[in-house]
Amino acid sequence: MDGVILLQKQLVDYSTSLYKEGFLDDQFKQLQQLQDESNPDFVVEVVYLFFEDSERLLNELSKTLNQQIVDFKKVDAHVHQLKGSSSSIGAQRVQKVCIAFRNYCEEQNTEGCLRCLQLVKHEYSLVKNKLETMFKLEKQVLAAGGSIPMH
Amino acid sequence: MESCNCIEPQWPADELLMRYQYISDFFIALAYFSIPLELIYFVKKSAVFPYRWVLVQFGAFIVLCGATHLINLWTFTMHSRTVAIVMTAAKVLTAAVSCATALMLVHIIPDLLSVKTRELFLKNKAAELDREMGLIRTQEETGRHVRMLTHEIRSTLDRHTILKTTLVELGRTLGLEECALWMPTRSGVELQLSYTLHHQNPFGFTVPIQLPVINQVFSTNRAVKISPNSPVAKLRPSGKYMQGEVVAVRVPLLHLSNFQINDWPELSTKRYALMVLMLPSDSARQWHVHELELVEVVADQVAVALSHAAILEESMRARDLLMDQNVALDLARREAETAVRARNDFLAVMNHEMRTPMHAIVALSSLLQETELTPEQRLMVETILKSSNLLATLINDVLDLSRLEDGSLQLDIEPFDLHGLFKEVINLIKPIASVKKLFVTLSMSSDLPEYAIGDEKRLMQIMLNVVGNAVKFSREGGISISASVAKSDSLRDPRAPDFFPVLSDNHFYLRVQVKDTGSGISPQDIPKLFTKFAQSQSLAAKNSGGSGLGLAICKRFVNLMDGHIWLESEGLGKGCTAIFMVKLGLRGRSNEAKLQYVSRAPVNHVRTNFTGLKVIVMDDNGVSRMVTKGLLVHLGCDVATVSSGDECLKVVNNEHKVVFMDVSIPGIDIYAVAVRIHEKFARRRDRPLIVALTGNTDRVTKESCMRVGMDGVILKPVSVDKMRSVLSELLDHGVLLEAQ
Repeated sequence: MDGVILLQKQLVDYSTSLYKEGFLDDQFKQLQQLQDESNPDFVVEVVYLFFEDSERLLNELSKTLNQQIVDFKKVDAHVHQLKGSSSSIGAQRVQKVCIAFRNYCEEQNTEGCLRCLQLVKHEYSLVKNKLETMFKLEKQVLAAGGSIPMH
Repeated sequence: MESCNCIEPQWPADELLMRYQYISDFFIALAYFSIPLELIYFVKKSAVFPYRWVLVQFGAFIVLCGATHLINLWTFTMHSRTVAIVMTAAKVLTAAVSCATALMLVHIIPDLLSVKTRELFLKNKAAELDREMGLIRTQEETGRHVRMLTHEIRSTLDRHTILKTTLVELGRTLGLEECALWMPTRSGVELQLSYTLHHQNPFGFTVPIQLPVINQVFSTNRAVKISPNSPVAKLRPSGKYMQGEVVAVRVPLLHLSNFQINDWPELSTKRYALMVLMLPSDSARQWHVHELELVEVVADQVAVALSHAAILEESMRARDLLMDQNVALDLARREAETAVRARNDFLAVMNHEMRTPMHAIVALSSLLQETELTPEQRLMVETILKSSNLLATLINDVLDLSRLEDGSLQLDIEPFDLHGLFKEVINLIKPIASVKKLFVTLSMSSDLPEYAIGDEKRLMQIMLNVVGNAVKFSREGGISISASVAKSDSLRDPRAPDFFPVLSDNHFYLRVQVKDTGSGISPQDIPKLFTKFAQSQSLAAKNSGGSGLGLAICKRFVNLMDGHIWLESEGLGKGCTAIFMVKLGLRGRSNEAKLQYVSRAPVNHVRTNFTGLKVIVMDDNGVSRMVTKGLLVHLGCDVATVSSGDECLKVVNNEHKVVFMDVSIPGIDIYAVAVRIHEKFARRRDRPLIVALTGNTDRVTKESCMRVGMDGVILKPVSVDKMRSVLSELLDHGVLLEAQ
């Protein structure tokens, strides 16, 4: 019994830190609220969809930005998508970078875009790690027989 | 005179001869004078004698001859000259008359002879007439016999007696040795000896009906002489030397249907019996024509008499049957009355006695539910409650139905909130439907009055029953309810030919249609649906509870409301549509009632459940789409996702209530999509509400959205609560009053 409580505490601490550090925002809380008995894996599904989507978009972005002639419209579209996705799941820091990214696109600043791209990639991998870790913790808690504490 | 030179008679011895001559002449004269006298005397006596003139002549001739002879008497002796003259005169006259007579006779004698011939002729005729008279008398006697026979035959209506009498009387009248009647058997293939004159109980004798002699007799309505050796005539041991002549005649067996009005029945259905009559053997008698005629007439009469007897038998039998039936019916009626009274008593008792314990069970179980219970106990209490609710429903159904049938049910007519009623129905049904993952949609036409006058409770009952059935029998998909005011053209529904609604100013007909995507009903089951307690095989599936009374009760209520209810289904598995129309009163334009009702409606009522609400989410970002979908699904909506405007236009239909469009999609003209949606759904009630999801709520965006006819704008990110209130406001007011 103790183990469960310990794990739960670990989980809570971890997710609190994520919020504090700005990796996740309220939107993620909303997602968690949408999860119920009829939809038990909703959050996980959405997050993994986000991972897929983002990776695809980042690849596209890389390709597009490394062209001779950069199609800023396309770039803008991709960034827009990425921004939308990240805001949907509450990946706050990614979203913030995307906003900056779009500005550079409007200015048609290749340099700026490339730099933002790097930044986005970095932030994305960060949030991915954090989320994966959190999911692992959740699994452990569930495996130990406890339940995920609601915020 | 002196001596004359007359020669003196030389013969004095001839005086004797002279004397004799004298005497003869005298007698001749006498005779000659008396004959005419006799003639005259007798002619005078007789009335008829055509030849008077001849007689006179003849008389004259004879008289003169007589005179001559008389005068001759004087010529024997000396006679004077006078005598001679007289003599001469007489002779002359005589000569004249005789000649005339002779001439006359030439004409007369042939006539007289012909008279004789005629006399002979008349005598013959008289003899002939005599003979005929004899014949007629015979016939008349025959006729008398027939009448007597007929009278005997027709004086009884008993078949057996008729036939027996016929044979006896015929035997007596015609002096027959044997008389027999052969009847056709039931199979019609044989003739069976049924009656004979002298054998009391004939049995067993049959002959096949197809014998040539029988065919010969049956083919004519006359009596036919047949050979005594034919099988039908071999009735007595033929010990006699010479069999008497045998005659056979057919007796038609008539049925009631043979009789036509104007003519004697044409014998179209040919069932005949055979009557065989045998003259006494060794009598050298022969069948006379009149006897044959007698037999033929009798045969016909027998046929008629038999028919009458048969008719009488039939009518007696029918009368007996009717009497039995009457008795049975009377008994049944009394039994039914007893049963009805017993049932009414039973119901009166049940009404109170059964509801009281039910009430206790239900009330206490629900109270128990409120207390602290372990999960197992809670489960048990829930089961108790469920079962007792079911039982209570059953009791109510049965009681209602019997009261409905008695006609003792009266509707409680009062003004009520029609819109509110529908909403309440939806609220009641949504939890159940969402458990089964069915959506429920309600669409009310814009001309549906808000308030109506009618029996709210019973209307609710009807709705719940119908909708409940729809939910019960659907395993997937959902229920769509639509309520509208029935227009006059739709009032006369070809599927409800007995329904004659009458429009008036104070009433309107509410038309409610409940469509489900469930298991459907096969066409042959549809008529049975409204029958009490009848459940078709396919419907008696594991999900169905209830007694099968529901629809019957609905129908009764609907009828009480001057309406009509029916079901349509395209077949098993194709869902079912229940439609009913009821007459409701229109509320007047008085305002107090309206205010009263308005104040009852809560102001900031936020719905909490949107089960089954059909929406479309249009977003090209997969993650964002999924999140929005998850949000709406969490609230119970039925979400369809599309990623482009074209897809959206393809998918959208009038069942979707809201379309959420993410307006931050670049490259797609969201506004064009909105316009296209407006075009696609001409009527406001069919069109889904369009809501824009956007990241920025600057005025430009808002105005653009409103300009293209969007009904609201939502700022992303959307929380559950925000979505909930958005949906609530959309559905309540049809528009988002401010950007959320």
